[in-house]
Amino acid sequence: MTRRYGEREALRDVSLSLPAGRTLVVFGPNGAGKTTLLRVLATLLRPHAGRVEVLGAGLPDDGWRVRGRIGLLGHEPLLYRELSAAENLSFHASLHDIRKSRVEEVLEAVAMTARAQEPIRHLSRGMVQRVAVARAVLHEPDLLLLDEPYANLDPAAVELVAPLIGPESGRTRVVCSHDPGGGMAEADLVLGLREGRVALLAEAPAVSSEQVTELYQ
Amino acid sequence: MYPKGLRALSISTVVAMTAALALVFFYAPLEAEQGFLQKIFYVHVPLAIISLCGFVLGGVLAIQHLRTRDPRWDLRSYVVIHISIVFAMATLITGSIWAKGSWGHWWVWSEPTLVSFLIVFLLYATYQPLRFAIEDPERQSRYASVFAVTAGAFVPMNFIAVRMSTAYLHPRVLGSTSNLPGSMALTFLVSLLAMTLLFATLCNYELTAKRARARLRALKRRLAAEGEPQRTPRSAAPAALPVQPSTAGTAS
Amino acid sequence: MSVTAPRLADPAPEQLRPTVSSRRVVATLLRKELLVELRTLESVPAMSLFSLATFVIFHFALNRGSVEGDLGAGILWVTLLFAAILGVNRLFVADAEQGGFDGFLLAPVDRSAMMVAKALTLLAYLLVLELVAVPAFAILLLGPSLWPALGGIALTLLLGDLGVAVIGTLVGALAVRTRARDLLGPLLSLPLFVPIVIGGARATAPLLAYAHRGGLSGRWLATLGVYDLLFGLIAYALFDFLLED
Repeated sequence: MTRRYGEREALRDVSLSLPAGRTLVVFGPNGAGKTTLLRVLATLLRPHAGRVEVLGAGLPDDGWRVRGRIGLLGHEPLLYRELSAAENLSFHASLHDIRKSRVEEVLEAVAMTARAQEPIRHLSRGMVQRVAVARAVLHEPDLLLLDEPYANLDPAAVELVAPLIGPESGRTRVVCSHDPGGGMAEADLVLGLREGRVALLAEAPAVSSEQVTELYQ
Repeated sequence: MYPKGLRALSISTVVAMTAALALVFFYAPLEAEQGFLQKIFYVHVPLAIISLCGFVLGGVLAIQHLRTRDPRWDLRSYVVIHISIVFAMATLITGSIWAKGSWGHWWVWSEPTLVSFLIVFLLYATYQPLRFAIEDPERQSRYASVFAVTAGAFVPMNFIAVRMSTAYLHPRVLGSTSNLPGSMALTFLVSLLAMTLLFATLCNYELTAKRARARLRALKRRLAAEGEPQRTPRSAAPAALPVQPSTAGTAS
Repeated sequence: MSVTAPRLADPAPEQLRPTVSSRRVVATLLRKELLVELRTLESVPAMSLFSLATFVIFHFALNRGSVEGDLGAGILWVTLLFAAILGVNRLFVADAEQGGFDGFLLAPVDRSAMMVAKALTLLAYLLVLELVAVPAFAILLLGPSLWPALGGIALTLLLGDLGVAVIGTLVGALAVRTRARDLLGPLLSLPLFVPIVIGGARATAPLLAYAHRGGLSGRWLATLGVYDLLFGLIAYALFDFLLED
C-alpha cells in the first residue's frame, strides 16, 4: 500500500502479511515511515493506494468496525495533563464501553495505583509511559501497535509491562524499534523501512543484526 | 496542452465583451437621474451576480471533493473561488465608484448588496491564508473544502440578514432589474452573458495553468535522482496531483 | 497487506463490539471538558474579565456614562462576541496539544459526538460569561433598568449563544491545526458572526431603550433561530472531515 504526503510518498509499495498472534518488528531510521505505517494500521490515516486489511476489515471503509480492537501506543501518551491517571483511564474506558473495575485492574498491573489520583503533569516520564501502556491495553485489544514502547522505561518497568504488551501477551503485535538486539529477540517477522520503501522483509531467524544496522547507514 | 474548448470559449468571450461594451456605450439610453455614471450598473451588477454564484458553486464543488476525495474537485473549487474573489473585489470597487458618483460618498451602508459583499469578501479573504497555513496538502484540501461549504451556505443567509437590517434610505437601484425598459434590459443581459463567459474562461485558464505546473513538477521529480529529498514549497494552491489510476480501497 | 487477530480470540460477527451510544459519548466528553476547565480555569475567567475590561474601555472611548437602545445593544453584543472569540481560540487547544484527537479517534464512537460536546461546552462557557457580563453591563453602562426586559434579553442571548457555539466549534476545529491558529480563528469567526449580531442587536435594542420599550421582535428571533439551525446542521455534517487525517 501507499501513503502520500502531498507529492512525497511517505510509504510506497509496502506489502506484507502478519498472521494472528505474531509479532512484527519494524526497523528504520527516523523519517523512514514507521510511525506512518503504524498510524495507517491504527485506522488514523487512510491508505492512498493499495489494499489494507486489519483484523479482517478493509481500510478505510470498514475501519470503524475494528477500531475498538486495536491498541495504539505512540510517541504521545494521549493523556490529558490536567487530569489524573484514574480520570484519564475512566475517560477512555467510557469511550470504549469498558467497565470501571478494569481501570483499577490496569492501574494495578502497571503499579500506578498509589499515584493514580495525581494530575499527569506531576508524574515522571517513566510513570506517564506506564499509564500510557495502561491506556493502550485498557480495552483488551486484539492488535497492539507499539511505537518504541520501552523508550522511557527503566528495566524494572519494562519487566512490569511485558505481560501486557510484550510477546507473552499473546496478542498480534507490530512494534517499531530502534534497538536491534531487543527488537530481534521479540520478532517473528522483521520489516526494514528506508525512506518509505521496504528495504528488508523476512522471518526473524533469517535476519542477521548486520542487516538491521545496515538500514541505518 | 490546452483543453479543446478553450480557444472557442476565449473567442466567444472576446466577442461577447465587445458586443456588451458596444451596447453599453452606444445603444443603452442615458438614464435621466444619474447620467453617464449609471452605465457602471452594467458592469457592477453582473460582476455581483456572477461572483455570488461563483462562491456558491465553489461550495458545491467542495461537497463533491469531500464526497469523492478526488483532488480534482478541490482544484476546481479553489479556482472558482479564486476568480470569484477577484470578481467580488471588482464589485466592491465599481460599487464604490457608483456610490461616490451618485451620492457623494465612497461608501454607503444603506445599500444592502454592497454591504453584504463587504462581509462576504472579508470571509473569503481568509480562504487563501487558511490554505497556506496548512502544510499537509491532503488536509489542506479537506479543510479548504469544509470552509468552502460553510462559506457557500453563508452567502445567501448573509444577504437575507443584511437586507432585513437595512433601512431603505435610498432608492434601491441595484435590485430593480425587473422593470427596466427594453433597451436597458437587453444591454444588461448581454453584459451578464459576457461576464459569465469571462468567468468561465478565466477559470479554465487558471485550471490549465495549474495542471501544467503539476505535470511539470512530476516530470522534474522523475528526472531528479531517485531518493533525492524533494522540497515542495509551501503553497496555498492545491497540489493538482496527476490523477491516480487507483484510489484507496482497491486491489493493489 | 493484512494483519490478523489470534484465531482463538476471533469474535463471532454478532459479538463485534458495538459502537458506544452517542449520548453517552457526548456526556463523557462534556464531563472531561468541564473537568479540565475547572482545573485550569483557562477560558471562562479570561472571557469574563475581558468583558469587564471592554466595558471600561467603551466608557472612555465613547465618553458616555450611560447608553441605551441601539448603542447599548451594540456595545453588549460586540463585547460578548469578542469574549466568545477568546473561548473559541482555546476550545480545541488542549486536544491538539495533548493528543486528545488521537485518543478520541481510536475509540469506536460516532465522531460527530465531539462536535456536539464541544458546542455544548462553548455554550456553557458563554452562559457563565453572560451571568457576569450582563449584570456588569447593567451596572456600569446601561441607562435604563434591566429588570423589565430580562426575560426577552435572556431569550435573545440564548439564541445568539447557540449560533456562536455552533460556529465557534466549527471554526475552532478548523483553525486549531493550522500554523496561525490564533489569527485565523477570529478572522474566520467574525464574518460568520455578522448575522448573529444583526439579529441579536436588533432584537435587543428596543428592550434596552428608554422611550417606548419595544416588545420582543419575533422576526429577529426567527432569523437567529434559522441561522442556528442551518449552521448547526452544516457543522454537524462537516465536523467529521476535520478530525480525520
